[in-house]
Amino acid sequence: MNFVNIILIPLVPLAVFLLLGIFNQKIKPSVSGYIGVAGLLVSTLLSLNTAYQYFFVNGKADGVYQTFVEKTVWMNFTDTLAIDMGVQIDPISVMMLLVVSIVSLMVHIYSRGYMKGDDGYTKFFAFLSLFSFSMYGLVLATNLFQIYIFWELVGVSSYLLIGYYYTKPSAVSAAKKAFIVTRFADLGFLIGILIMGFYTGTYDFETLNNPEGSAILNWASTSFMGLSVLTWALILIFIGGAGKSAMFPLHIWLPDAMEGPTPVSALIHAATMVVAGVFLVARLFPMFYFVEEGFALNIVAYVGAFSSLFAAIIAITQTDIKRVLAFSTMSQLGYMMLALGVSGYEGHEGLGYMASMFHLFTHAMFKALLFLCAGSVIHAVHSNYLKDMGGLRKYMPITNITFLIAALAIAGVPPFAGFFSKDEILVAAFEHNKLIYFVGVFVAGLTAFYMFRIYFGIFWGKDTKYEHKPHESPISMTFPLLFLALLSIIGGFIPFSEFVTADKAGFEAHLNYPLAAIAVGVGLIGIALAWIFYKKENDLANKMVNFFGPVYQWTSDKFYFDEIYLFITKKILFDRVSAPIAKFDKKYVDGTMVGIGNKTVLTSEKIKGMQSGKVQDYAFAFIAGVVIIALVFIYLWTD
Amino acid sequence: MERIVFYILALIMIVFAVASVTSRKMLRSVIYLLFVLCGIAGIYFLIDYNFLAAIQLTVYAGGIIVLIIFSVLLVHHIEMELEIAKTSKQILTTVSCLLGLGIFLITIYSHEFNVIENSLTTTTSEVGTKLLSYSDGGFILPFEVISVLLLAAMVGAIIIAKGNKLTDKKDNPA
Amino acid sequence: MIPEISIYEILTVTSILFFIGVYGFITRKNLISILISVELILNASVINFVVINKYLYPDMLQGVVFSLFIIAVAAAETALAVSIIIGLYRQISSVEVKDVETMKH
Repeated sequence: MNFVNIILIPLVPLAVFLLLGIFNQKIKPSVSGYIGVAGLLVSTLLSLNTAYQYFFVNGKADGVYQTFVEKTVWMNFTDTLAIDMGVQIDPISVMMLLVVSIVSLMVHIYSRGYMKGDDGYTKFFAFLSLFSFSMYGLVLATNLFQIYIFWELVGVSSYLLIGYYYTKPSAVSAAKKAFIVTRFADLGFLIGILIMGFYTGTYDFETLNNPEGSAILNWASTSFMGLSVLTWALILIFIGGAGKSAMFPLHIWLPDAMEGPTPVSALIHAATMVVAGVFLVARLFPMFYFVEEGFALNIVAYVGAFSSLFAAIIAITQTDIKRVLAFSTMSQLGYMMLALGVSGYEGHEGLGYMASMFHLFTHAMFKALLFLCAGSVIHAVHSNYLKDMGGLRKYMPITNITFLIAALAIAGVPPFAGFFSKDEILVAAFEHNKLIYFVGVFVAGLTAFYMFRIYFGIFWGKDTKYEHKPHESPISMTFPLLFLALLSIIGGFIPFSEFVTADKAGFEAHLNYPLAAIAVGVGLIGIALAWIFYKKENDLANKMVNFFGPVYQWTSDKFYFDEIYLFITKKILFDRVSAPIAKFDKKYVDGTMVGIGNKTVLTSEKIKGMQSGKVQDYAFAFIAGVVIIALVFIYLWTD
Repeated sequence: MERIVFYILALIMIVFAVASVTSRKMLRSVIYLLFVLCGIAGIYFLIDYNFLAAIQLTVYAGGIIVLIIFSVLLVHHIEMELEIAKTSKQILTTVSCLLGLGIFLITIYSHEFNVIENSLTTTTSEVGTKLLSYSDGGFILPFEVISVLLLAAMVGAIIIAKGNKLTDKKDNPA
Repeated sequence: MIPEISIYEILTVTSILFFIGVYGFITRKNLISILISVELILNASVINFVVINKYLYPDMLQGVVFSLFIIAVAAAETALAVSIIIGLYRQISSVEVKDVETMKH
């Protein structure tokens, strides 16, 4: 492998970030857009080259994809424990490189149109580049600490970009919320890393993931409170991943994160950063699978399944299209998690793993597309809310078509990309756990329903009167739409099982026709229901709302999770725990210090007259001092 | 005889020194200082340093005192009374000065001075030879340094006292 | 030396003079008065030089020479001080210490 090219992939966006960040005021907005796009283009070409080289030229040995690592020691802790910096090339990192590159490039191009005329244009591209750099670094990380560093970096860039409209209070609080919630989850991640390092003595993925390696064989039996220490570590690490991937119950930041500019939502909160959690579990998959017969993996499966269902239900009732998409993202991430959770390791057993990665890939394409379409719509009507939209198909044909393609893809209608990946997931779930399978099928139906609800709501439905006649977006915005739509159509035909599998060996995956038929049928039912409710303006939807009444209200308010968290943090933690501690601190700890300070000030007020600046006073002090010292020496010292 | 003279001189010096630092009239204070300096010259005569006594009288009594009187006349009305320090400060200073004096005296009286009985008379030429000698124990170098110092002080004094007149011309070219 | 007078008596007198000078230096509030006090202190120490030379090392002249130097330095010092006082008087029309204090700021 040519590692120089690979190392350049993250470094080019970093250079762009520094360039745009330092010369923020000097660079004309028009130029900075081109610089950002050019930087990402270089990275994308290098990623494509890497993928080609790896998958088709020299990645394989004996039918198994090899792992290539190039690293240097960065920090030595003990003789055996060190933190390295480097790049690791294996199927999932190469696949993620492609995802990040393609989506990021498209978002960069799209942003040139979407953000036109914005004050912070250059700053925006600088942040996007910073994010791309961090994400590449995360994907290429060779060990847990390196991934953690970039993990936090993507968190920071996400924070910066959510709070991009920093004059809006809601954006600022959303940014803080996202940062704090993910930081809280990352605490678990960090503790998990430390436990892992403490017991196994290494952070390297290669060593940790080796099924015959010492980490899995020797330490899995050391138990703590009924579970292996490694299981604890994995659960804690999964908490970090759940925070980033907005799994229940750490999902609350994702809907609010939609306050950021729409391209940011597409890039960070749909396609790349939020899948970091899935990627993390996939990265440590052998550990999850082999340690204690996959106890931690079961947790992953159930959390994923529950989140998927939970988010899909909420998505039905939301009226802000970006929030619908956010909950949809959460639901699909749950899908990926549950697929990982039901996966095996070797050969065809690893179908879930492969399906999860496959879904990650296709989902990144069509969800980014959905967000970019939503951005295009918002750009045209200047509102996020469904009630302000309707009948837009006449004004925005390209957006209409691409949105439809993406919606069909996510609903799992053949031959679009989502159908293939979702089908694999359902097959894997069916083979391992029937309960999770039924949840998956149900969610598939819900997904189709809510997605077509907003599709019909935006492009069909009532003919809204617009103040400004909406118009199709400029070419810089429609080109990414068309390109991603193309990928959403053909993405499903990539023989993913040949490339990305748990044991890296590759196998033949076949469609399971009965199961596929069920999934497609459920999806079509969902679409049909949406057609009935929302195609033409009618009262059916309102009747349903009235029929469900409180349940609808409950769901629409996201099951009051925000309020519960607020209650826990504010009423219990702040008022009962923090406030008394703060009071104690202020009154006694601070009070002592302040008291000392005040006393010092008072004393100095009193004695500052001595520092009069008059030589005569000093002379007096000098004489008096000499006299006293002489007295002491004569009477006390000599005897 | 000499004893009586010494005590008279000592009394004059101390009384006038005290008067000098406590008088509230500037000019009187200077005159009292003149008496003290004359008393000191008397001491020099007593211990047979005639040259030094003459120097004391000419330089101190004749030169420095006149200089100070000039400055007093330049900056003060003769009748102006001086401010005096706060009583508490006076007392404190007095106490610490008395304590210091006590320590001095204790130290002096507890020390055995190795006094050599003599009645040597130092002539002016001896002093001059010593000052200008550049052999061992000669003081030619300090002598020259002091003369340069005096010159520098003279020039400095003239420039400082002359002060603004030079710059005034520049400030007001009219 | 003076046969009837011991060195102790002379040193006592000079000590008293010295401390009177110190007292004046600390308590007086006028620059010229301070100058006078300094002269007192200087003179007290000059007498000490001379007397110790005479009583303890009569065959040497160091004390005398040094007192000459001290007188010269005192003269220079006085000349400079007086010129400074006059310059100051031109500027602020006062030679009181409290009026000169502002110079330290």
